[in-house]
Amino acid sequence: MTETRPSVSWRRGKDIASQPWTGATREYDLLKELMIGLVAVGLLVVGLSAIFSSPDEPSITLKSWATNAPADFVATATAELGGTSDTAGYGPPYNATAGATQTLGPIDLQSLSGVRIPIDTAAAFVTGPLSLQANPPDALRVWAAATPAQRTDWAAAYADALAKAPDNDPSQVAPGFYGPVPALTSSLLAMAKRGALDGAIQGEGGFFNLDYTRSILFLGDGTYFVNIANNAHLTGDQWGMMNETGNYPGQSWLWLFSLWYQIPVIGDAPNADVLVVGLMLVLTLLLALVPFIPGLRTIPRWIPIHRLVWRDYYKRR
Amino acid sequence: MTTRESDREPQGDASDSSWTMWARRWVLKHLPPEKLLPDGQPSYVASWIYVFGMGAIASLIYVVASGLVLSLNGPAWYHVSSLGRFVNSSHLWSVELFFMTMVVHLWGKYWMAAWRGGRVLTWITGVISFAVSIVAAFTGYLLQTNFDSQWIAFQAKDALNAVGIGAWFNVANLGQVFMWHIVLLPLAVAAIVALHVLLVRMHGVVPPLEVAASDAQLRADSPAGTDTTIGGGAR
Repeated sequence: MTETRPSVSWRRGKDIASQPWTGATREYDLLKELMIGLVAVGLLVVGLSAIFSSPDEPSITLKSWATNAPADFVATATAELGGTSDTAGYGPPYNATAGATQTLGPIDLQSLSGVRIPIDTAAAFVTGPLSLQANPPDALRVWAAATPAQRTDWAAAYADALAKAPDNDPSQVAPGFYGPVPALTSSLLAMAKRGALDGAIQGEGGFFNLDYTRSILFLGDGTYFVNIANNAHLTGDQWGMMNETGNYPGQSWLWLFSLWYQIPVIGDAPNADVLVVGLMLVLTLLLALVPFIPGLRTIPRWIPIHRLVWRDYYKRR
Repeated sequence: MTTRESDREPQGDASDSSWTMWARRWVLKHLPPEKLLPDGQPSYVASWIYVFGMGAIASLIYVVASGLVLSLNGPAWYHVSSLGRFVNSSHLWSVELFFMTMVVHLWGKYWMAAWRGGRVLTWITGVISFAVSIVAAFTGYLLQTNFDSQWIAFQAKDALNAVGIGAWFNVANLGQVFMWHIVLLPLAVAAIVALHVLLVRMHGVVPPLEVAASDAQLRADSPAGTDTTIGGGAR
């Protein structure tokens, strides 16, 4: 007698798996089981919440940034004026910087949306907020009257000087032709330290504004915000996607998403994000379609873990 | 004028063409009450692995319940209230338990090849519910209104922008994320999980991979064939 291999096909056929079960049964109370599950999970949830609570590191403000890292704040504001910050050099949806998009061969999905959330970094982060003050600095008029080339030269010269100054301290910058840039950035620093810049940038969207895109991009252009995340092991090269502040479990279910960024050939690629998202979409699709894929659907037959699950049944065959 | 008896009788043709009657017949055929709310299970449904599906549903109920309480006072409530902090914590831990039980359930079903016998849609809805739940949890992390949510928004924007959807699904737009997290994604998770559970009830729990008609529990002449308590263990 030849033993037939158990079928792992998804198709409905004439096998036992496709028919209503006609064999032995056991008593079962669906609602009772649900209630037992609710009590057990409820005890776990209440216990874990009472013992471990939940993480809540306070958010970073532009005020705390300006207060704790003024040199980084001024350097970042200078980069926003000169158009050399990450946001200024970003592709869609914030800016249209040539060559800034991530592509997959000839496919450029990032450009499809166009610049739908435009951000002129000099105006959005520096000159716009400064102009809202009761006594705007005179440097604003000089800046407004200058040509784009002149503005870029001033900002570049000041950025170089800041980089060479001891501790990048704006007060120790060597004399040079920086135009209104030092006055603008120092006014912005003072405004931020007073706490007025947070509201000014957030208020650019109107009285009711729940969109924090500008504030978060400005924070991210500096190193203060990124360094805090780095110290908390939250950056991409530290499996940061699945980590949480403190010693709390984060989104551990994103482990595979994070894993790809740790592999140099992917994580260091200029189009790492589009590669990883593409990989995850393909893998998710494969998981959903496992029943249709020969080999993948056959593994449970090759590695018979099911005998552990149904060991009681098999024992009584 | 008198009403004739034939006017009062249900019209067979009208009943056949009634959408409502068609739906009723379809539901009763595919999901009769004894399948929807069963009082028995096949004898092979006796393993701890079966606990995790119900555990995921129980966890999801706590996720929704704690989320509803949080929504009464908004996303910043837990920063300033000890009760809010506790409810926020229970939201976090029920989400952690939801994913833990769901992942074990998913792996269990894989090793049981649970798509067999016309159950492929049950498998696919399970995977979709897992994927949609990941997006729902992600928006929850963005809604913490603390440093973690600032950082996640800053980091995640690049992946979303790279594939061209960051302009419409803007993770730094708290208002948009708020609505996705408390309306759109919970509705999606609830709908897909409900469909998944109904499919499980319609098709029944998949039998063992090596089940055969000669098995003691399928033979009417075997004592096991009439045993109603066999293998009595946790589902």
